[in-house]
Amino acid sequence: MSDHEYVPKSKFGKWFNDRLPLLTLASHLTDYPTPKNLNYWWTFGGILTFCLITQIVTGLTLAMHYIAHADLAFESVEHIMRDVNYGWLIRYIHANGASMFFLAVYIHIFRSLFYGSYKSPREIIWIIGIIIYLLMMAAAFMGYVLPWGQMSFWGATVITNLFSAIPLVGEGVVNWLWGGYSVDNPTLTRFFTLHYLIPFLILGLVVLHIWALHVPGNNNPIGIDVKKPSKDTVPFHPYIVIKDGFALLMFMIVFAFFVFYSPNILGHADNYIEANPMVTPAHIVPEWYLLPFYAILRSIPDKLMGVVAMLSAILILAALPWLDTSKIRSAVFRPLYKQFYWILVADVLILGYVGAMPAEGLYLLIARVATAYYFIHFLMILPILGFKEKTIPLPLSITDPVLGGFPNTAIVKKKESLN
Amino acid sequence: MKNFFKILYLIILILTVNYQVNAAEKVKLLKTDWSFKGLFGKFDRGSLQRGYQVYSEVCSSCHSMKYVSYRNLSEPGGPEFTEEQVKAIAASFEVVDGPNSDGEMFVRPAKLSDKFVMPFENVKAAQAANGGAYPPDMSVLAKARSGGVDYIYSVLLGYEDPPSGVTLDEGVYYNKYMYGNNIKMAKPLSNDLIEYSDGTVTTEEQMAKDVTTFLMWAAEPHLEARHKMGFKAILYLIILTILVYFSMKKIWSRIESEV
Repeated sequence: MSDHEYVPKSKFGKWFNDRLPLLTLASHLTDYPTPKNLNYWWTFGGILTFCLITQIVTGLTLAMHYIAHADLAFESVEHIMRDVNYGWLIRYIHANGASMFFLAVYIHIFRSLFYGSYKSPREIIWIIGIIIYLLMMAAAFMGYVLPWGQMSFWGATVITNLFSAIPLVGEGVVNWLWGGYSVDNPTLTRFFTLHYLIPFLILGLVVLHIWALHVPGNNNPIGIDVKKPSKDTVPFHPYIVIKDGFALLMFMIVFAFFVFYSPNILGHADNYIEANPMVTPAHIVPEWYLLPFYAILRSIPDKLMGVVAMLSAILILAALPWLDTSKIRSAVFRPLYKQFYWILVADVLILGYVGAMPAEGLYLLIARVATAYYFIHFLMILPILGFKEKTIPLPLSITDPVLGGFPNTAIVKKKESLN
Repeated sequence: MKNFFKILYLIILILTVNYQVNAAEKVKLLKTDWSFKGLFGKFDRGSLQRGYQVYSEVCSSCHSMKYVSYRNLSEPGGPEFTEEQVKAIAASFEVVDGPNSDGEMFVRPAKLSDKFVMPFENVKAAQAANGGAYPPDMSVLAKARSGGVDYIYSVLLGYEDPPSGVTLDEGVYYNKYMYGNNIKMAKPLSNDLIEYSDGTVTTEEQMAKDVTTFLMWAAEPHLEARHKMGFKAILYLIILTILVYFSMKKIWSRIESEV
């Protein structure tokens, strides 16, 4: 890497860089050798950074006008929507931004699953990512409580009540979380505080996530190790910057359609009714991005086991680098895994769908089968597949698969179409 | 790249379809053409003004609208009454203000800056006057019901005699579109109930449409500004995306690789 030889041109630059090597860092970031065959699924890292910054900036602005008080929160949100200059725009960007953030993070995670990006030597990047994902869910959940609508209130009640499943201390823990004997003003103020804090924790973890990424470098669609720098790589700037920028703009167009033309389609109508502890909504549904886990929770008849299953469904991902026993990263060269991958995608979408439906009859049955399959995929299929699967031979490098004695030209074409 | 967009498109489709299925009602809601839907959707000014008349002469005796101010009625994107008209409207209401320098509360006519005066002092008073049911505040009602404006429009026109076998408690009415079909509000609209100042014929459908349009504006007073800005923002983004696309092609042409 060229950053070892980097010497600033100006005298002041050299003086400064010797004391704080910011310029070396900048040089490393611009020259960072990136596999040149990265496809558009790899642009979601940059998109996610954009989402985080957008949420922080709009969130700060909203916090200037929002009042974290059970009697005033709903009214202050209406004040933002009506009287604050462009308050409606800021709030709709923030509310839909959360959905866009999760859309992007799910694509990012499933990209990683397809191309085996979690495998050695990238386990730490992956685990940091899982922690970020957990924090995102916490932040999104608490953010949804802040407008103090009916879904805010009852969603908070349902989710915090999950902790009562903990044996012996459950009730105490729930009261401690609430700051009282029900979801009320103390709950709202602490959720606001934590909702404000978590994005900055995420920001710190994102720095670690990228740092850990820059040690081994990016995985790529072929999934083989790439010599850096070489003719298989391009410098991050301008090649990846412009490509990420292009993808980000496409993403922003979708984002803008939601914000300007259907800002409430991803929310629940009940959240425009002020919180009322005396009236329970007919269906308490979390936001769409939490639905698969909600389905898992409800598919288990026992409360404690339901909570355990829901948490395991997320935490099992952290163990993924060791559960997947295959040495081959990319699903392109794993014909069987590829099929199971798409079944898993369908399984998660089905879980999301039944999560939004009442937990009864056929829906409950489907939820149970899908939950069982989710765990079977990670705990049985993946470990066994690594031993049983007959994989397709890997090319020797990104650029010269044929020169390296690559026998199958059809695969070369396939690789080409991935770009 | 083609693959990528195909899959992305599918994901987005599935996500949105999912929601539309969730929101789908068991009973098909009545449809009417709303001028404020679509990319260039705007409120029909006349409809908003008539809608306000229906609200003030019919709904407002029970339903509050506590987040809307009188000044909003003259603001761009709304009913756009003249300021004089709105001042006159506001002055016909009384608000309690104070305390004054003697420490006394006093009653004065409402001003432009006041919020819509509520028909009842509080929720309990509203319930007591309405057989125990609280007539919901109408400020954001159009966004607070799944089905939105179509739902409200349908409920207004959905009163009918209960099917045989259904018995209703006293003070409860049968409505085809209401959740659970029982509603404590008596049928609010009937032909020629009021007289529109612009001479439009006051059929039930016309009044229902006008007042629902007004409720949509009350819930989304900046809807027109949002649509206008959205068009500009998206057009800007599309042009920029095209420019960046060609720059990207140019930059990547330096090396033997496709983007």
